[in-house]
Amino acid sequence: MKVSVRVNGVGHEHEVEPRTLLVHYLRDVVGLTGTNIGCDTSSCGACTVLIGGESVKSCTVLAVQADGADITTIEGLADGDRLHPVQEAFREHHALQCGYCTPGMVMAAVSLLAENPDPTEAEVREGLEGNLCRCTGYHNIVKAILAAARVPAESAAS
Amino acid sequence: MIPAAFDYQRASTLDEAVGLLSANGEDAKLLAGGHSLLPLMRLRLATPALLIDIGRIRELSYVRDEGDRVAIGALTRHRDLEISEALRAHVPILAHVAAQVGDPQVRHRGTIGGSISHGDPASDLPAACLALGATFRAVGPKGERTIAAGDFFRGFLETALAADEVLTEISVPKMDGAGWSFQKFNRRAQDWAIVGVAAVTGANPGVALVNMGMTPLRATAVEEALASGASGAEAASHAADGLDPPSDLNASADYRRHLARVLVRRALEEAAA
Ligand SMILES: Cc1cc2nc3c(=O)[nH]c(=O)nc-3n(C[C@H](O)[C@H](O)[C@H](O)COP(=O)(O)OP(=O)(O)OC[C@H]3O[C@@H](n4cnc5c(N)ncnc54)[C@H](O)[C@@H]3O)c2cc1C
Ligand code: FES
Ligand code: FES
Repeated sequence: MKVSVRVNGVGHEHEVEPRTLLVHYLRDVVGLTGTNIGCDTSSCGACTVLIGGESVKSCTVLAVQADGADITTIEGLADGDRLHPVQEAFREHHALQCGYCTPGMVMAAVSLLAENPDPTEAEVREGLEGNLCRCTGYHNIVKAILAAARVPAESAAS
Repeated sequence: MIPAAFDYQRASTLDEAVGLLSANGEDAKLLAGGHSLLPLMRLRLATPALLIDIGRIRELSYVRDEGDRVAIGALTRHRDLEISEALRAHVPILAHVAAQVGDPQVRHRGTIGGSISHGDPASDLPAACLALGATFRAVGPKGERTIAAGDFFRGFLETALAADEVLTEISVPKMDGAGWSFQKFNRRAQDWAIVGVAAVTGANPGVALVNMGMTPLRATAVEEALASGASGAEAASHAADGLDPPSDLNASADYRRHLARVLVRRALEEAAA
């Protein structure tokens, strides 16, 4: 079955089996391995990417379901050497330890801030319900996202 | 894990979906948001031979104000229910419950029609539909019919839908300012309810329970007690009457009965406040 998608602004077209999960398509076929797989039960959120700007668990979407979609992965956030404000805030606030959950956390945060640009701490915590971190205790992740929300819009653009 | 191999067809209209379903019989399954079906397929607990993807049928994604009712297309995603102005204004319990389902990623994909058709006793939206006295519209090769929420859930993951029928619309009466409450008891973020309660007061009262049996169900004993004039606290003491809830890792059946009584009391108090 043919799948044609844009990933981080670049068009891709491949023949895939219908049962190919989007996360495997992104990692093994497109070759973008920044998106991680952390569980078998749609729980951990390590595989979070954006479809049309909205966070989804790419282990629970078939590649064929995403046909025609605009997908953003962690590789698509930075502008050359310039980190995305959420990435910059994660670095600044030590929002990671082993880093395994981080791509998914960052993508979930980008989607959260797109829907709610000025969240309260409670809203950030609720917005991260779909992402598990085994290392940080979440505290610095929440701090980083609140800080990223306060970056003025001009420097967040592009 | 990767699901077992299957064929995949995309339906772009309702007619096409019904046609594909009736041509392929029991081996075919509809795929809406995929957030109940794909997890089961990944664990190989479900192995359909054909998936009919209805996720792109735009004509089935809407929230429409229809006078004294609000009509919701089966393919409306949880996220779209959560932010629907029509629901927030006229059926606030449904917008609220949609926002309690899973996590944001799940709500960006999962649909109300999928949630209802799956018939999982642990799911939230079916209980809200029961408490509201919703009606469901189904379309099959022989035409369409309307099924009351109270007649829809038949057994564990079993509903009144025939194998060749598509659920197309959920219709709920406007609440007209009636009191309501949704109590979802769980221990960890993202988890399903260990027990949940949806309660609506006013002209068309209803109380329904999550995870208290084989299906989403109405708390009939509570509703009858309220109808005969019992206080909320008195009615709540009947929350587990006649019910046979499951025992699992999260809770024993007895603990679930206890939770049901406590949560129904809280729900009725909140709805009355
Ligand atoms: C991590 C996680 C957490 C979750 N937490 C919760 C929770 O807390 N509470 C909760 O209620 N739910 C929860 N869910 C389930 C979620 O709400 C699902 O989206 C929903 O149950 C199914 O909707 P869907 O559109 O994804 O359906 P699908 O998975 O696509 O379909 C489910 C079933 O319904 C059938 N079907 C789908 N649409 C139709 C239709 N229109 N007509 C006839 N049959 C149809 C399919 O054939 C399939 O058998 C969770 C899911 C995940 C992955
Ligand atoms: S890999 Fe864990 S939710 Fe997708
Ligand atoms: S930093 Fe290790 S899992 Fe989150």
